[in-house]
Amino acid sequence: MEAITLNAVETTALDSDSPWRSSLQQLRRNRAAMIALGVLLFMVIVTLLAPIYAHDIAHDNPFASNLQGRVKIGNHFRSVMQSNTQGLGLGVTPIGPTWNFSKYFLGADQLGRDVFARILYGGRVTLLIGFSSGLICITVATVLGMLAGYFGRATDWIISRALDIVWAFPIYLLAISLSVILVTSGLDLGIIHIGAGSLLLPILIIASVYVPYVARPVRGIVFSLKERDFIQAAIASGASDWHILRKEIWPNVAPSVIVFFPLMVALNILTESALSILGIGVQPPQASWGTIINDGLQLLYTRPWVAIAPGICIVIVCVALNILGDGVRDAFDPRAKLRGSI
Amino acid sequence: MLRFIAKRLASAILVMFTISVLVFLIFFATPGVNPASRIAGRSASPAVLRQVAKEFGLNRPLPIRYGLMMFHLFIKQDLTSYVNIGDKIIPQITAAAPITLSLIFGAVVIWLFVGISGGVIAAKNKGKFIDPLVMFFGIAAISIPVYWLGQMVLLVTQGGLHRSIFAWIPNGGYVSLTQNPWQWALHLLFPWLTLASLYAGIYARVLRGELINNMNEDYIRTARAKGLSERRILYRHALRCSLISIVSLFGLDVGVLVGGAALLTEVVFGLQGVGWLTYQGLQNLDLPLIMGCVMYGAFFVVLASAVVDVLYAYIDPRVRVVA
Amino acid sequence: MSLDDPPTNAVLSVRDLSVSFATRQGVVRAVDGLSFDVGAKEVLGIVGESGSGKSVAMYSMLGLVRDANVSITGSVRFEGREILGLSDTEMQSVRGGEVGMIFQDPMTALTPVYTVGWQIVEQLRAHNDMTKKAAYERATELLAEVGIPDPKSRVNHYPHEFSGGMRQRVVIAMALSCNPKLLIADEPTTALDVTTQAQILDLMGRLQASHGSSIVIITHDMGVIAEIAHRVVVMYAGRPAEIGPELDVVRSARHPYTWGLLGAVPRADVKTRRLVTIPGNAVSPLEVPTGCAFAPRCQYRMEICAERPTLRGAHDHLDACWLSDEQRLEIRSTATVRGES
Repeated sequence: MEAITLNAVETTALDSDSPWRSSLQQLRRNRAAMIALGVLLFMVIVTLLAPIYAHDIAHDNPFASNLQGRVKIGNHFRSVMQSNTQGLGLGVTPIGPTWNFSKYFLGADQLGRDVFARILYGGRVTLLIGFSSGLICITVATVLGMLAGYFGRATDWIISRALDIVWAFPIYLLAISLSVILVTSGLDLGIIHIGAGSLLLPILIIASVYVPYVARPVRGIVFSLKERDFIQAAIASGASDWHILRKEIWPNVAPSVIVFFPLMVALNILTESALSILGIGVQPPQASWGTIINDGLQLLYTRPWVAIAPGICIVIVCVALNILGDGVRDAFDPRAKLRGSI
Repeated sequence: MLRFIAKRLASAILVMFTISVLVFLIFFATPGVNPASRIAGRSASPAVLRQVAKEFGLNRPLPIRYGLMMFHLFIKQDLTSYVNIGDKIIPQITAAAPITLSLIFGAVVIWLFVGISGGVIAAKNKGKFIDPLVMFFGIAAISIPVYWLGQMVLLVTQGGLHRSIFAWIPNGGYVSLTQNPWQWALHLLFPWLTLASLYAGIYARVLRGELINNMNEDYIRTARAKGLSERRILYRHALRCSLISIVSLFGLDVGVLVGGAALLTEVVFGLQGVGWLTYQGLQNLDLPLIMGCVMYGAFFVVLASAVVDVLYAYIDPRVRVVA
Repeated sequence: MSLDDPPTNAVLSVRDLSVSFATRQGVVRAVDGLSFDVGAKEVLGIVGESGSGKSVAMYSMLGLVRDANVSITGSVRFEGREILGLSDTEMQSVRGGEVGMIFQDPMTALTPVYTVGWQIVEQLRAHNDMTKKAAYERATELLAEVGIPDPKSRVNHYPHEFSGGMRQRVVIAMALSCNPKLLIADEPTTALDVTTQAQILDLMGRLQASHGSSIVIITHDMGVIAEIAHRVVVMYAGRPAEIGPELDVVRSARHPYTWGLLGAVPRADVKTRRLVTIPGNAVSPLEVPTGCAFAPRCQYRMEICAERPTLRGAHDHLDACWLSDEQRLEIRSTATVRGES
């Protein structure tokens, strides 16, 4: 897992077009990044089409158990859950991959559900959690970082101490602890009720755990920006704090923040899948790639594809995000040094 | 220098205290969550709930509960489990520690070797084919969920191929070093590789970035103007400076791992180290066990962070002046 | 002597050096047809604005330009031997061993993690067969020579323990450690304060006399030239504008650009007047005109300046300007009357 230390990009109050446009152009020229972006878009579109696949192609409901079902392959009908013939001949094993695009392409899980369709649906959940946690995390972190860096003194002290505390917790521990407590029983704070099965819980937990990761570098940038002449000039000319933050500080912080985004999404997806594999992430009846892997672990040696396929999907998406992230970094803030920490 | 160390120590203790309070609050005091029902189980009857609350002092005010737990943990050292009543926590942790250390030791050796070589090879051949190739592997390594990777490794080595190619790979578990060194290594081989993969990817990427940055520094130009060979410049000047920034990263990573961050790897491969223990505690909501493991983990993270700061001052002569 | 003569056995003999970079926006000609000689024990100053190509020229001679898109043509002879086009391994014995180099910013010129003694020893042992002990002794001697107090203990100090001026002395000591025939100094005093500047230039002058090496000093400051150089090359937009003995160039400069440079030197003996600046901005390397590069900024330009002037002149004072000697006399007399020199 990597963090980035960032340098304030050297621009004065921007005429908004040129640096952004040249950065975007540079990104577009980066073939690897563009391919990665294409792969990501493909995944997003395909998972969005999940209902269409389930209803119109496979004609099954990937969320309802189908233990008694039968499926037509070629000219025969076969049971979805097949009696075991090996070993002791006890129990049933779900059907394996049929490689038939319209029926149980990757086989069934232990409840007879179509794994491929579930993966499509699960993709929506995983991607949703990844992107929204990433967005929330970066937004909150940027705001906190800008406030702490700009206003300094008391504001900075409070925010920094809070960040230090959250950061001192090893992330896995914080995420797991919060999830164990909240996810199975929901959050009930008087005015705020979040049900136990809501996706909002993993999203918020994962987002908050990574806030210091982004907030500290942002704070650092704002600190160094504050000393720069053009900010001093703006302050001296009587501009309001809000105006300065919006018009002078933000445009200089933005490129570095943008660099964070793809990487945070990848990190969040990996964290969500870890939590879900442990059973404390996404809860049934929802499915995510992580939960499908969890389901597949019981069938690991008999029907390995149930566990293999979602994992491969995660790897593909995260590789694409990382490649895109590298490209974004090269285009928007090449001096950002790649550092790592957990 | 002494004042520096004293300050670090003080802030370390403060951090540990804060972590312990936070963990305590999370498990005991999250609003809208009843700790007694967590301990007793989800479907416990009201009578059982009252019993649990009484037994574990859950009716006392929060600070007292916290104080009691800390007292039992550190001073009397007889903290017992809520779940396996009577099991002492501290001995469990001390028994689990060597396993975690064994896992980390081997993984560290592998990931340093692979990561540093990868970074150097990529930087040396910047722009040529092998550079993006190595970087791709690095990216792939950090994109794989560790737990899933472990399961895939098990699938390959314990599944169909177990009878043929991989018959020699044991199915999880741990053999102590003192008992049988060969078996110790054999049992840890794949856990080492699995854990190392993630970090090797990170280190290769970070090192490549650092090396390339450093190769553009003025002192490299001076070294070249001195007539030194490119090889010497890369290894003796650029690499030496790049490794410095890796040190702090490394220290933190090892600290966190010793503290139990490898819990997913331990769980997958059935290695009953501290991470595994933490996981058991979390699953069973065995709060004293969780507390014990968390404090143990936090201690090492904080210790590692302090050691890194001091070590950094030693390795980078520029920092010594400031410290 | 004219530059059409074949290369001599001067210490350094450059003929028609051109360095260009292929960039996305086009070909950038950083150096375009540079020719000069450096004799034994001579100090040659190369002066020009930022971007005039003066540093690039010297770096490319020693193979220190590592850009893959660079193209270097021409001839560079060091002690009669062609060094342009040598392999990297062959250059390694030239660099440091026969040609020493010092750079502009002493604060970043030394590797921060090794002592200065270690770094000097490294250079010594790369070019000479010496034991470590002997090398350390030599390093200590060198530090003493450049005026570092208490060299015996300072030799084991790290670069950050020296001030800027002291660090530059260390760099000079290191560059001279293998008794090179030629020392190239790229803006060695620009990053230092004025007092230290004077000390360093003084040091370089003394060392040059005692070691017998030639020096090429690159600078944008005519004052430095006047202080230390025997001969001068004035560069503009990668091209030589004027070459000649320092006294001649300073007292009777021929190229309008040199006039501008000289006018920009604050002078104590002339009554207060505004500092003369050369109008306009340095030309962008992508847009160098096909004719005289300086023409757009020159107040004396003529029609013929659309054609690129060649370096020509009498004896060893050459210039690349179409102005005839008569025209120059006229310009000078009117300027003197008006109090502008």
